[in-house]
Amino acid sequence: MKRLVTMVVGLLAICGLLGYTSNRLERSSGSTGDKVLNLYNWGDYIDPSLLTKFQKETGYHVNVETFDSNEAMYTKINQGGTHYDLAVPSEYMVAKMKRAHLLKPLDQSRLTGWQNYDSQFLNQPFDRGNRYSMPYFWGTLGIIYNDKFVKASQVQHWQDLWSPKFRDKIMLIDSARDIMGMSLVTLHKSMNTTDPATLLAAEHKLNQLAPNVKAIVADEIKMYMTQNEAPLAVDWSGEAAEMLANNQHLHYVVPSEGSNLWFDNLVIPKTAQHTNAIYAFLNFMSQPKNAAQNAEYIGYATPNRKAKALLPKSVRDDRQFYPTQATIDHLQVYRDLSPTKVELYNDRYLEFKMHH
Amino acid sequence: MTNRKTWLYFIPYGLWLALFVIAPVALIIYQSFFDLGHHFTVANYGTYFQSATYLKMTLNSVWYAFLITLFTVLISYPTAYFLHQLKHRQFWLLLVILPTWINILLKAYAFIGIFSQAGLANQFLTFIGIGPQQILFTNASFIFVATYIQIPFMILPIFNALDDLNPAFINASKDLGASAWQTFHRVIFPLTLPGVKAGVQAVFIPSLSLFMLTRLIGGNKVITLGTAIEEHFLTTMNWGMGSTIGVVLIVAMIIVMTLTGDQKPKGGTPR
Repeated sequence: MKRLVTMVVGLLAICGLLGYTSNRLERSSGSTGDKVLNLYNWGDYIDPSLLTKFQKETGYHVNVETFDSNEAMYTKINQGGTHYDLAVPSEYMVAKMKRAHLLKPLDQSRLTGWQNYDSQFLNQPFDRGNRYSMPYFWGTLGIIYNDKFVKASQVQHWQDLWSPKFRDKIMLIDSARDIMGMSLVTLHKSMNTTDPATLLAAEHKLNQLAPNVKAIVADEIKMYMTQNEAPLAVDWSGEAAEMLANNQHLHYVVPSEGSNLWFDNLVIPKTAQHTNAIYAFLNFMSQPKNAAQNAEYIGYATPNRKAKALLPKSVRDDRQFYPTQATIDHLQVYRDLSPTKVELYNDRYLEFKMHH
Repeated sequence: MTNRKTWLYFIPYGLWLALFVIAPVALIIYQSFFDLGHHFTVANYGTYFQSATYLKMTLNSVWYAFLITLFTVLISYPTAYFLHQLKHRQFWLLLVILPTWINILLKAYAFIGIFSQAGLANQFLTFIGIGPQQILFTNASFIFVATYIQIPFMILPIFNALDDLNPAFINASKDLGASAWQTFHRVIFPLTLPGVKAGVQAVFIPSLSLFMLTRLIGGNKVITLGTAIEEHFLTTMNWGMGSTIGVVLIVAMIIVMTLTGDQKPKGGTPR
């Protein structure tokens, strides 16, 4: 019994000591003080050297926490108990968070960088007048092909994927909205339709694609394409950028007839506490030089017009990631649909998966 | 005094049971009665049993789980029997259990490497002159990997059942003139059947909802109930429907447990 007591006391002493030390360490690195900013971001979605630069310029230390899906981020902020100052949701999630009263409006008088942005990426339907969000990166949905097996001329449009030549050759990203959306564009319908008959038609169209579909996978698609496992894939431009960097035979096409235009955006959750740091950071990230550095590091397309001008010519003229104006005009932004409509998309998509 | 002590001992177990068994199951059942708008409803069950998709998916899941269990038994029983004859059997058993210490996701990724176009399996097929085949994303590869993952959970109970078997029975059987096959068929197998049943319970239920493998190895060409649950919790956020499917799985588990449980003869004729 005595030994047990000694052991318990010893363990408690060690815990206390460790707690004290970690507290001291945190204080010395400034993460619990006042001069901090808590950023809730996707994994590896900001150039770390920019964070150092930001701290040098403004004195604010940035704590980064990461999430791996919009839904996970939403749940965590919604449940409370967090102190995030900035988060980076995609466009439909901005609308959803706004409706759930999870966002604070931006104080426009404190923002100095709006004139740097390309006006065609502002004032989007998910946040009219950018009252709550500042665009961070944008991108598209498109076709990735491997030039060892497929010629560029063979895959310029969505309809090309239905060709019998590509039997068992295509990998699809496992996302109901995107794959249904692709089918809808092919049928010349809106990617935001909620008409059950149209969605049923889109499912039937997808069922015809089934023989060509090799697999419906998620993140692994990057690995498979890099290893030449399949000649064709449908995925987002951000994922494509990573694949292209690892395999020079891969190319990315945004079909000119239309596709999805997505945005990741900086927003201020209700839980934010460090107002001064937030606006310092938003203005810092709007500066063309910083935005350009970040875009070069991440490889996604920046909505910051002046930053784009600073990028190397090979990057800013890359039609894969900065498509022509004609193509951009045909891109559609997803509207935030009500849960029952989302369910409608998912039910049709599940039927397609069963069929395939 | 003694009675009170017994109660004290029960506290950790009781707490565990309440917090991690009863509470989650109760929560799932509770959730399954709510629709997207958080209204109380039984519509989720209606949807489930009226939808051809869900019923087909259930049949699919049961069929694949059956195949996986069948192959697992076919491989595990002879293996356990063989291991049991060996000299350092605890050591060999340890080697069988070893893979369960590795995360299932890592094992799945390892199989992706083996089965891919340029993987080991295809290199071998090319070497023997057959040429590369599509191995990943087929039903066969899904069943293969699932069987591989489940095998230790089947071998262990069968091995233990063999261990518990009194060798005197086998000797008696042989002394009385039974052939090796008769000894196995009439004595060893019936006496180790509880081990097989325990193994089936441990393998069949998890196999009903292997959603990670259906995507990673099956490329979503195999759709089981796990796929639907994942979608309802992560994409559509329709927790009610997801929970309903969860409840169906729990009921399926109870059915399998009853079917494979020990039917103790109550005053019946002992065989």
